[in-house]
Amino acid sequence: MIVNENTLVLGIETSCDETAAALVLGGDDVISSVVSSQIDLHAEYGGVVPEVASRAHLESLNPVVARAIVEGGIDESRIDAVACTVGPGLIGALLVGVSAAKALALAWDVPFVGVNHLEAHLYASFLENRTLQFPLVVLLVSGGHTMLVEMRDHGDYHLLGRTIDDAAGEAFDKVARYLDLGYPGGPAIDRASEAGDPDAIRFPRAMMDDGLDFSFSGLKTSVVNHVRRDPDVSSVDVAASFQQAVVDVLVHKAMRAVREVGATGIVLGGGVAANRLLRSEISAACDAAGIGAFLPSRAMCTDNAAMIAAAGWHRLRAVGASPLDMGAFPTMPLIEGAGRR
Amino acid sequence: MPCRPEYRVVSWALVLTPRSIDGVMELRSDTPGETREIAAVVARLARSGDIVLLSGDMGSGKTVFAQGFGRALGVIEPMTSPTFTLVNSYPAGALTLHHGDLYRLERTGEVADLALGELAEFGGVLIVEWGEAAAGVVRDHLMVHFDTVIDEDDDDDGPSSTRLIDIAAVGSMWAQRMERLERDLGGYAC
Repeated sequence: MIVNENTLVLGIETSCDETAAALVLGGDDVISSVVSSQIDLHAEYGGVVPEVASRAHLESLNPVVARAIVEGGIDESRIDAVACTVGPGLIGALLVGVSAAKALALAWDVPFVGVNHLEAHLYASFLENRTLQFPLVVLLVSGGHTMLVEMRDHGDYHLLGRTIDDAAGEAFDKVARYLDLGYPGGPAIDRASEAGDPDAIRFPRAMMDDGLDFSFSGLKTSVVNHVRRDPDVSSVDVAASFQQAVVDVLVHKAMRAVREVGATGIVLGGGVAANRLLRSEISAACDAAGIGAFLPSRAMCTDNAAMIAAAGWHRLRAVGASPLDMGAFPTMPLIEGAGRR
Repeated sequence: MPCRPEYRVVSWALVLTPRSIDGVMELRSDTPGETREIAAVVARLARSGDIVLLSGDMGSGKTVFAQGFGRALGVIEPMTSPTFTLVNSYPAGALTLHHGDLYRLERTGEVADLALGELAEFGGVLIVEWGEAAAGVVRDHLMVHFDTVIDEDDDDDGPSSTRLIDIAAVGSMWAQRMERLERDLGGYAC
């Protein structure tokens, strides 16, 4: 099939907490993008909607896909392909999306495209900025992932570093819960830090000058131990000092990655990309280095299906449709079956 | 430093489950390396279908234990925390190791929905952090509980590394192996 700027792809995402569907035209024009947490399924459809596990996706998927098509203002016969996350993620959750995507592709007689969720995160930035120049360094920081990726071209990328224990977003969440700052932890720490002193406590910056891998488990334990020894410590000072330690490591390693691969800029992705200190310090470091900083909106940083449709469009154009007997891959690495080279 | 702090009077294991428990093995680890070694000894007795539930506060060593367990079982790639992904699966020799984490789940219904027990079937071994929430929904298992020993005189912010580790078999699958486990872990006994 000919894949061009008029090719309309329906994207489906069910790999973790969010059930999402989106319509993207030509790989970068978002026609509609619906995420289950944005709509009150409980009120609209009744019944209990659990936050995790495959049953939640099963209950949300049809309404979310229908909403994406209605909001897109198109007839379903206009859809040229169905792209879906096939991994990594929870097997039960993935299978809900994969089964639905295949069924829709069969019913509409259009191609099915299996997409790697991590690869799709790399494409999220292109939906908001079409002028990005390769090579780029992508810093993907979320609750489940912390990684630095070199993106040399569409479908051509290289994992530079990753966390060896906890993801940065997970550390934010656990420290926020430990300090009773609220949920979700990222925004809670961000807010609390405003009133705190980031230099109050010198928490460890693990593996600072040791390659491009990350480690945040020791930092989390260090926060817990500090509060245990000094229960009267100011929680906003702990939050601010913790946040500064995480951001210092992320920015330091991202800039080192830029120097190592000669990148033209840094692209942020994942939920932690919404953190204000990270955004301002990455921007400042990129300005100082004379390179670009691309900071997508929160909607594009977090899990969504527009990025799945965009990655699906690129994959369809580069390698074609996926077989309908393709399975789901809970542990799918970034590289496997993702690129055209 | 006493091996057993006074506040630890009742074994959590006896409170949480009505099933038979043969007694609690009490161990002490002074470094993350020792925690990994204890985990490796447990892993060497593990077989297809086994379930290991880990409990204890944040930073008490659950992930370190799971990493040591996985390495000894034959996992090659780095094992990262499954807190957000809920379950990470790794090839481990002829087996598959499923590394779960129930930290984010608040309702028992959600735990049941994950169908953790099914993961351990078909050549799988299951190890679950914040696993106390699953004690009621899985069959025979090994329970491992971690406590951090706080040294009040230590001003250093570095991780305090001594942990008390309780191990108990719930049901007959692990009970048969407890004697061997106690012998192999004798060096860490309190």
